[in-house]
Amino acid sequence: MSFFGSLATVSFYAVLVGVLAVAILTVTTRNLFHAAIFLAFTLLGVALIYFFLHAEFLAGVQILLYVGAIMTLVIFAIMLTAKIGDPSMPQSNHQRLPAFVGLAILSFILIPAILKMPWKTEDAFQTTNAVQIGKALMGEFVFPFEVISLVLLVALIGAIVVSRSDQ
Amino acid sequence: MSIPLTHLLVFTTLLFLVGLYGVLTRRNAVGILISIEIMLNAVNINFVAFGSTLKTSPDLGQVFVIFIIVLAAATAAVGLAIVLAIYRNQKTIYMDEIDLLKW
Amino acid sequence: METIDQVFVLAKRSLMTWAQSFLPEWSTIILSILISVTAIAVFGPVTMMYLTLLERKLVGRIQNRYGPNRVGFWGLLQPIADGVKMLTKEDIVPTNADKFAHFLAPVVIVIPALLIFSVIPFGRGMIAVDLSIGILFFLALSSTTTIWIFVAAWASRNKFSLLGGMRSVAQMISYEIPMVLSIVPVLLVVGSFSTVTIVEAQSGWNWFVFTPWGVVGFLIFFLTGVAEVNRTPFDLAEGESEIVAGFHTEYSGMKFALFYMAEFMNTFSISAIVATMYLGGWQGPWLPSWVWFFIKTYALIFVMMWFRGTFPRLRVDQLMGFAWKFLLPLALVNLLVAGIWTNLSTPKNNIVSLIILVVTFNLLYWANRPEMPKKRTYRYAYADE
Repeated sequence: MSFFGSLATVSFYAVLVGVLAVAILTVTTRNLFHAAIFLAFTLLGVALIYFFLHAEFLAGVQILLYVGAIMTLVIFAIMLTAKIGDPSMPQSNHQRLPAFVGLAILSFILIPAILKMPWKTEDAFQTTNAVQIGKALMGEFVFPFEVISLVLLVALIGAIVVSRSDQ
Repeated sequence: MSIPLTHLLVFTTLLFLVGLYGVLTRRNAVGILISIEIMLNAVNINFVAFGSTLKTSPDLGQVFVIFIIVLAAATAAVGLAIVLAIYRNQKTIYMDEIDLLKW
Repeated sequence: METIDQVFVLAKRSLMTWAQSFLPEWSTIILSILISVTAIAVFGPVTMMYLTLLERKLVGRIQNRYGPNRVGFWGLLQPIADGVKMLTKEDIVPTNADKFAHFLAPVVIVIPALLIFSVIPFGRGMIAVDLSIGILFFLALSSTTTIWIFVAAWASRNKFSLLGGMRSVAQMISYEIPMVLSIVPVLLVVGSFSTVTIVEAQSGWNWFVFTPWGVVGFLIFFLTGVAEVNRTPFDLAEGESEIVAGFHTEYSGMKFALFYMAEFMNTFSISAIVATMYLGGWQGPWLPSWVWFFIKTYALIFVMMWFRGTFPRLRVDQLMGFAWKFLLPLALVNLLVAGIWTNLSTPKNNIVSLIILVVTFNLLYWANRPEMPKKRTYRYAYADE
């Protein structure tokens, strides 16, 4: 393989390990605000993985929606329900060890299954671009597209109604 | 693609399990929502990987990822609204202190 | 003229052929990337420094005084003096502050500001990376700035910072929607996200600002750009007379310099993107392409600084009302008009679009009329008889 092929591969693996490390930090840190910051970095790492997989439109949409909008929502929620100055509260319940053991067993089942399965891969790497995705959204997938916009509208109205104060 | 499909699938499985660990062990409701977002992202990477390497069309994979991102936004909005309502009522957001069926 | 137009491209090419004579084969791409990155990394902060000087002198002249003119010949060494001051200031972190987040916020805020420079077409063939999703990249990065401002405000444990941060976040997310909606007509007409394609679609004199939907789109994009950068008249997040200094109250020294640098680099990038999308980028008749680009960008920056010296600050509810009740419906109707304009034939489309836009503008103006403050009559106490 050429030098740049190997450089790209090495950096891809490094990004994968990095995203996994930041995700582990997200779920295990005590301070919830730090967990939100680490989640923002995880989402940026996932966008970087999309760039590596030649899905650039999706990377742009991921950064715009997840890091730009959903993270703002999460951080506002943390701020509104925060109880600063109470570091003695344990952040995780008493299910840590059973959860870890159970998930380790699950991974020992899943990962060999993935490695053994004969995936019928194509030889060429298929890519698409924004124009084709737009045509697909307006052509073949127009019905789910309309339904999802309706779902979003209903969800947002519901969220406003639920979180209004009782006056 | 520069790395084999199986390596990417192992990575997404591990990321999904990390998110699942967060859901199972976090006490705080917003912490649980954060872990759900990690799980959804792992599934998204799976869709994109399958769309580019298997016989399915890549359009299908990426359009589905867009739908999942939109639904994750709706989930986060409604979930956080419910958390706010619970906080206003019970003054707590720790999931193991909310154990009454009717308050 | 041709060589002056391509002087930077030829310089880079000659540098690479000179370097390839003694470097191995695989270092070509790395060297090319390094040259582009170094050019941007040098250009960005130097631009920011001289923009601060330009702003102070311009605002000073508007206020009938000279700006800084003591340090260098015309104040030209003032930015260097400012830089030295900021580097040598003591870095104060409040005791109760969240140290990790307090440190991280200014560092991460500069990153999108620098990354946007990679998709701006500075001239014919002079762009760092020709991404196929150029404008989406710019939109995505400018929307990530929001949470870091809030992280900075929250980590300072200061009520004024928190207030400034929340107001700033509310302002930035409300003004993102008209910004995205005012970019979409250009994408509709051009058919691609790439900035190079957008500039090349405006060849000759058919810049997009000369079309009916282009005028309205340009105004909306420019105003929302000013709001996204947190400049006057939309700068209640850091209004110096209101809430001490808003979300960057507790920052001193180099961290404050990073916030300041991010704000000015954002000003430059927003002006550059507006010039690219609506004013024709580097298109122009006689001068070299990069000279035209800089003329257009600096004209827009001049207008932004003119706003700063002239307008008073908007109040929070006036600001939100402006975004949601005026700019958003106008941007939606503009999108519709752009679609109509593309599909009709030449003399009819301009007339129809102009009629629809003028009618909508008047309707929105009259609908928002009750909220505008009435004109006051001033009575001065004169003792003249």
